[in-house]
Amino acid sequence: MAEATRVAFGRALARIGDDPRIVVLDADLASSTNTKAFADRHPERFFQLGIAEGNMVGVAAGLALAGKVPFVASFACFLVGRFEQIRVSVAYNRANVKLVGTHAGVGIGEDGYSQMGLEDVALMRSLPNMVVVQPADGRETEAAVEWAARHDGPVYLRLTRQKVCDVCVPDQRFEFGRAVVLREGRDLTIAASGGVVAHALGAAAGLAGEGVEASVVNVHTLKPIDAETLARLGARTGGILTVEDHGIVGGLGSAVVEALAETGIPVRRHAVLDFGESGTGEALYAKHGLDAAGIAAVARGFVDDLRGATRARAL
Amino acid sequence: MGEIRERVGEADRLRPIARRLREHVIRMITAAGSGHPGGSLSATEIVTALFFHTLRRRPGDPTWADRDRFVISKGHGVPIVYAALAELGEIPVAELASLRKLGSRLQGHPDRVLLPWVEAATGSLGQGLSIALGMALASRLDGGRWRVFCLLGDGETQAGQVWEAAMAAGKYRPENLVVIVDYNKVQLDGAVAEIMDPEPLAAKWRSFNWNVREVTDGNDVAQVLDALDETGRGGGPWIVIAHTVKGKGVSFMEGTSAWHGKAPTAAEAERALAEIARHG
Repeated sequence: MAEATRVAFGRALARIGDDPRIVVLDADLASSTNTKAFADRHPERFFQLGIAEGNMVGVAAGLALAGKVPFVASFACFLVGRFEQIRVSVAYNRANVKLVGTHAGVGIGEDGYSQMGLEDVALMRSLPNMVVVQPADGRETEAAVEWAARHDGPVYLRLTRQKVCDVCVPDQRFEFGRAVVLREGRDLTIAASGGVVAHALGAAAGLAGEGVEASVVNVHTLKPIDAETLARLGARTGGILTVEDHGIVGGLGSAVVEALAETGIPVRRHAVLDFGESGTGEALYAKHGLDAAGIAAVARGFVDDLRGATRARAL
Repeated sequence: MGEIRERVGEADRLRPIARRLREHVIRMITAAGSGHPGGSLSATEIVTALFFHTLRRRPGDPTWADRDRFVISKGHGVPIVYAALAELGEIPVAELASLRKLGSRLQGHPDRVLLPWVEAATGSLGQGLSIALGMALASRLDGGRWRVFCLLGDGETQAGQVWEAAMAAGKYRPENLVVIVDYNKVQLDGAVAEIMDPEPLAAKWRSFNWNVREVTDGNDVAQVLDALDETGRGGGPWIVIAHTVKGKGVSFMEGTSAWHGKAPTAAEAERALAEIARHG
């Protein structure tokens, strides 16, 4: 099954919404972020704040400081664009606010760069007290939303506009902070997060036909990063390729490099190198090498380089 | 008649408290060697009236669920709040000397995690009203037993987020939200009217669907009491526009941006304290 993770979010939110502590805030995007189902069921706990995200973030902080559990939804770029409000009103206050940024990355397609969240993970990772979670499919999203509601502290949840294929097994538990190994291979580890995890699995399947066996790990928690699992996989396979629909600075790739800097494990980062642009999501994934073929090509090059380096050391 | 007599008595009770708060402010900022005396002194009567008359609170219990909340959105004015907390006995007077020092709960701008008596970290101007609105909405969801008070600086109303919050409060109309503007006419770089004039301020708030109450002398505690009591009779959201004097109570600090963010020397502090004692 394929489903946009924002859709799964809306379903999960409506389901857990009977908890009277949960309140939802939106900024004129409720039908896009999928908070509408909650709004219809619990209109008294839904706040439509108009196109004013800075205020929305502050109102959420106030609700949280008075004991509510606010979910604040908007496009990732508009929500995290209110960084100063998130920094002081939410993070510094240890306000129990769940920030939900939908429409992550170039995968949104036609709307173009101004609507694409491409720097949001970098900004949210930089804040003390903030944790960052990016589920890979609908099932994992529902579990992550339930976890976020239980977690005491600010959370940034990053979701896709576009449909993504299921990658998780049906009864898989969501374990915060623990990366999930989806495929085992000895030649390389592909660490992916969010909507591109399914493409990473596709790439690994293609590579297997060429004799390259890649592990694929779903890094749903970007902060804190699961350094232990990544170091173990990296040591076993000889290198880690990170794949994400986010700018090259500050996202998953940066998190992995930071976590493994002292291990000597080679890491190659594959991400978006420039502003996005209009086009279909598929065309943009092809252009940026984030579809299965693109990821496989980068992985192949990395494995060649790793093997070359091994040979050079042997000589 | 009885009510007026009562009011006069209450103002008489609060005036010496306001004087002591001013003294604390001068002493702690002098000890810190940095800070913002002007905006603490202008807000002294507002904070005195709130903490010693209006706010529903339970001594010794900063987390009592039904307490009224006070958000000081102009976070640089927090020394006057520390002074009030010390005078109430919630923090030791001796602790005021730790203001702005390493390891102190009394951060240069409020930190609610270190000091639970402040309701929200502020200091990035323009953010406090949104937080206060969120608290007021939470209170309403829970039955509206407690109110929320928010102190805005006048310069702060130049921030767009204030008007986003004003518009949202105009929509949701929380009865329990009261904003007070410390309209002291001076900000860091000079006169508010020259830097970015917020006038007509009352008309702006009225047009955003707020109930506006002006206080011609916000450094007259009796007038402040009148206004705050009026906000308790329904009709919110309320904004009390209190015309104050920057640096009030210390002649050489009054009405000048020079003392927005500068600590007095020991000699200046002595002069300031002598003046406060004389006029208080």
